[in-house]
Amino acid sequence: MCDDCGCGHDNNITFRKPGAEAIGEHHHGHQHGHEHHHADGSHHHHHHHHHPHGHSHSTEHAHSSHSHSHSREIIVEQDILSKNNLLAQRNRGYFEAKEILALNLVSSPGSGKTSLLERTITDLGKEISFYVIEGDQQTMNDAKRIDAVGAPVIQINTGNGCHLDAEMINRAAKELDVENRSVLMIENVGNLVCPALFDLGEKARVVIMSTTEGEDKPQKYPAMFQSSQLCIINKIDLLPYLDFDIEQAKQYVLQVNPHLKFIEVSVKTGEGLDHWYAWLKNNLTI
Amino acid sequence: MHELSIVMNIIDIAEENAKRENASVITEIELDIGGQAGVVMESLQFAIESAKRGTMLEKAKWIFNEIPALARCASCNKEYEANDRLAPCPYCQSFFSEILQGRELRVKALRVE
Repeated sequence: MCDDCGCGHDNNITFRKPGAEAIGEHHHGHQHGHEHHHADGSHHHHHHHHHPHGHSHSTEHAHSSHSHSHSREIIVEQDILSKNNLLAQRNRGYFEAKEILALNLVSSPGSGKTSLLERTITDLGKEISFYVIEGDQQTMNDAKRIDAVGAPVIQINTGNGCHLDAEMINRAAKELDVENRSVLMIENVGNLVCPALFDLGEKARVVIMSTTEGEDKPQKYPAMFQSSQLCIINKIDLLPYLDFDIEQAKQYVLQVNPHLKFIEVSVKTGEGLDHWYAWLKNNLTI
Repeated sequence: MHELSIVMNIIDIAEENAKRENASVITEIELDIGGQAGVVMESLQFAIESAKRGTMLEKAKWIFNEIPALARCASCNKEYEANDRLAPCPYCQSFFSEILQGRELRVKALRVE
């Protein structure tokens, strides 16, 4: 899977645990025309038939008007994200078999994803084992914060990449050696656009918005809200000081995804966190 | 943007299929792109220009079948075109709907030599 969404073609993805050297680097140099090796051998090519009388779909008839005896059509019909989706389903099967609750946490930068994780691990760490995969373009900062509250964590630095993909999660989950019946929190790169398209194999996608953002975030970035199952609204302790209209924000969310559930919290004061903890426990036992 | 990732996947899929057929060059590639696939066509075309160099697709003609999004309203059961995901059902104004078509993101066919 190719992960570079920035401008550079050379990507340099690293996986690292706090206090350890980089576990491995994952180079995706796109020297175009090279062979791609897929560790799992999962090449799916459903259809490739020869069509001796290829039909041109082009209005500009590139090759149909005069016969090119050696020109032929290959019917491909292959989903462009199929490799990621296939690997995501393998991850999902692995997590299900081990009864691991894998959650994909997505939001804009600064909504409080890492703080929510720190607090959750601190409050529930005695009852539930947590494992964390942190995704950021650069730095070990988030992994260090999680390490400080005592959960096994691995940091993926995506370099130019703006999202995590299923292959990274496959690798990181193996490195973490996640035990059965635990919660695997995947903190995606702070970005409401690109992570929406990449299934990681999670049980649920949790989108976090905060009261310091505009109420219309769901309307500006509908794909992320459409593909999520839970919306956490953080920083509600700040509501008295802000113009943020929480009911309006929920209306906007529901217009995009009428099925999304809400939990309102303040990670700082702890308000509402009991609902989040109940949701977690409920999903862990299902 | 993720469009470059998507273009890289397109190139991989196209080259794998073309090589399997012992082709040396891809002259044409046809893609299905749904109106709600989450792809910005301008970004996609920009990414293609930079990514195709040195690949079997360097000289290929790119054909984009833009597939309009169709939704069925969950309240009144009517079908309508839903390229704007924020718009409610035009018949009953409900926001509950099921997308029937428009999420496609597919390499449909190649022409090779």
